[in-house]
Amino acid sequence: MAEITFEDIVKPENLVYKKTDLMTDKALSYCPGCGHGTAHRIVMEIIEELGLEEKTIGVAPVGCSVLAYEFMNIDMTQAAHGRAPAVATGIKRVYPDKIVFTYQGDGDLAAIGTAETIHACNRGEKIVIIFVNNGIYGMTGGQMAPTTLPGMKSSTSPFGRDVESMGNPLKMTELVAQLPGTYFVTRQAVHTPAAVRRAKKSIRKAFENQVNKKPGISFVEIVSNCNSGWKMTPTDSNKWMEDNMFPFYPLGDIKVDGQLVK
Amino acid sequence: MGELKLMKGNEALAEAAIRAGADAYFGYPITPQSEVIEYLMAEKPYDRTGMVVLQAESEIAAINMVYGAAGAGKRVLTSSSSPGVSLKQEGISYIAGSELPCVYANVVRGGPGLGTIQPSQADYFQSTKGGGHGDYKQIVLAPASVQEMSDFVKLGFDLAFQYRIPVLILSDGVIGQMMEKVELFDQIPRLTDEEVAEKYPWATTGKKKGTERRIITSLDLDSNKMEEHNLHLQRKYKTIVENEVRYELIDCDDAEYIIVAYGSSARISQKAVQMARKKGIKVGLFRLITLFPFPAKQMQELCKKGVKGWLAVEMSAGQMVEDVMLSVKGCAKVEHFGRFGGIVHTPEEVLRALEEKIIGD
Ligand SMILES: Cc1ncc(C[n+]2csc(CCOP(=O)(O)OP(=O)(O)O)c2C)c(N)n1
Ligand code: SF4
Ligand SMILES: [Mg+2]
Repeated sequence: MAEITFEDIVKPENLVYKKTDLMTDKALSYCPGCGHGTAHRIVMEIIEELGLEEKTIGVAPVGCSVLAYEFMNIDMTQAAHGRAPAVATGIKRVYPDKIVFTYQGDGDLAAIGTAETIHACNRGEKIVIIFVNNGIYGMTGGQMAPTTLPGMKSSTSPFGRDVESMGNPLKMTELVAQLPGTYFVTRQAVHTPAAVRRAKKSIRKAFENQVNKKPGISFVEIVSNCNSGWKMTPTDSNKWMEDNMFPFYPLGDIKVDGQLVK
Repeated sequence: MGELKLMKGNEALAEAAIRAGADAYFGYPITPQSEVIEYLMAEKPYDRTGMVVLQAESEIAAINMVYGAAGAGKRVLTSSSSPGVSLKQEGISYIAGSELPCVYANVVRGGPGLGTIQPSQADYFQSTKGGGHGDYKQIVLAPASVQEMSDFVKLGFDLAFQYRIPVLILSDGVIGQMMEKVELFDQIPRLTDEEVAEKYPWATTGKKKGTERRIITSLDLDSNKMEEHNLHLQRKYKTIVENEVRYELIDCDDAEYIIVAYGSSARISQKAVQMARKKGIKVGLFRLITLFPFPAKQMQELCKKGVKGWLAVEMSAGQMVEDVMLSVKGCAKVEHFGRFGGIVHTPEEVLRALEEKIIGD
């Protein structure tokens, strides 16, 4: 029997998966098991699949994903903590024909950047917001976020979040869905292949909305894990996320084509 | 000769922004500079040149909109007054750190805190010594007339893009609110997107296939690289100090005493100089146009000519006076005079201060 060589296998017809060219070859700096890497990849795959590479500008503010520009192989702007929607507004207003998106954490979008988020949504800026909600401040070492669940422990709520004194978790996605300036609002996850497929579909829709100049923001929340901040193994963190985060932050579309989903 | 108009300082600045070919203005109202955004909204610059005007939800948002658009190579500006400019400082530090060009104006009012809506020059330290965090500088232009409120917008954009640096037009409530004749410069066409992409290869205009991506950032987790970046910034600031000092000398040739002032204090001091000259006092006015870079060398040269005393006149408790002291290096006496908290000094008060603090003893 003839020996099978490397060249026999590496042929276009045998290709089942190829990393998108819009992710650099740099090793991700995220903790093993973290959802950020998958979220990055599917955003970049959509930009590639829609052929938007040459006209897309991404904005990543402070948070674990502040280094997104190391991995996303497109033009990128790093933004101050919370200010990505304003930075993106500035870019989109002077380049209405380019594609602009932000990639923000929950501390960024729902605490320090609440005003920028709500007002960009309310103005109906024609951008995409990718909102990675892991219920914690990952980058700074696991402090409480506005999205931290009641009773959930963090380094600044070491005995669990006490809603009496620390406030209730904020559902920013439901909140912005109420604004006339949002056109598409959805909540997704990326912890299983099926979830990734659904999330990717939503992200595609979000970018298509912008390409088609639909009136308003497309807002995609991704409920994700922070295994380091939650002090769990990656698999445990995904299980905990399903059991605790999803009941509070239910997945699915909240607003489609400018209409709230009943 | 350009078009002549009678305008408020704030309106002249706004009109100049349109004529300078600005692509966008982002701002938030605050007295005494709200006329800037009001004028722009009423003028419909989008119809005139395609310039975008947006009222932001805060000064923080406005400066970050500037940051985003500047990073994409566009000519953008914002304006505010003291409390609002304090809010912008993080963004300005980012703009300086990422080496982006922008113009912004501070029509200064009295502080601290909410202070007063009356004119002041008490933001000198904030403007020239950083304001935001980190080792950075910005070019600071100090207009003393409505004419300069207009001219410095154009000059500001030229300098901002030449050095990729924020340029601050440091005005005050007097210059912003007063009406004067102004000769407006002719419309400069806005650059097209293609021209921007060609002229500013560093700008995030969308990565062309097969080219390197552009990254706008002020972050480097490697301290050695960060130190290198800082050294690069410092070299740039040195070039600016060597090449961009701007000032005006009035009656300084034979002067035994010199008043140093900028903005509305310079106008008041010029009157005081005239009054002093009538009394036979040999005094001149050193009007600062750039506060950074500061004309230290030029002051030292005057020292060599035998100036016996310097009076720093500013509407503050004494801020610019420190730079005068550092510049003249003890060659002669340096004193400060100024009313503050929203009070504008009179020429008579300036003359009296000269006689009492400098000549008197
Ligand atoms: C003005 C300012 N305040 C605070 C910080 C510190 N900081 C950096 S990231 C961060 C929280 C990030 O959390 P999140 O947005 O949820 O992103 P994650 O790291 O969890 O993905 C904080 C508090 C900062 N960089 N700037
Ligand atoms: S700290 Fe959390 S959010 Fe950050 S990379 Fe690690 S797991 Fe991901
Ligand atoms: Mg987080």
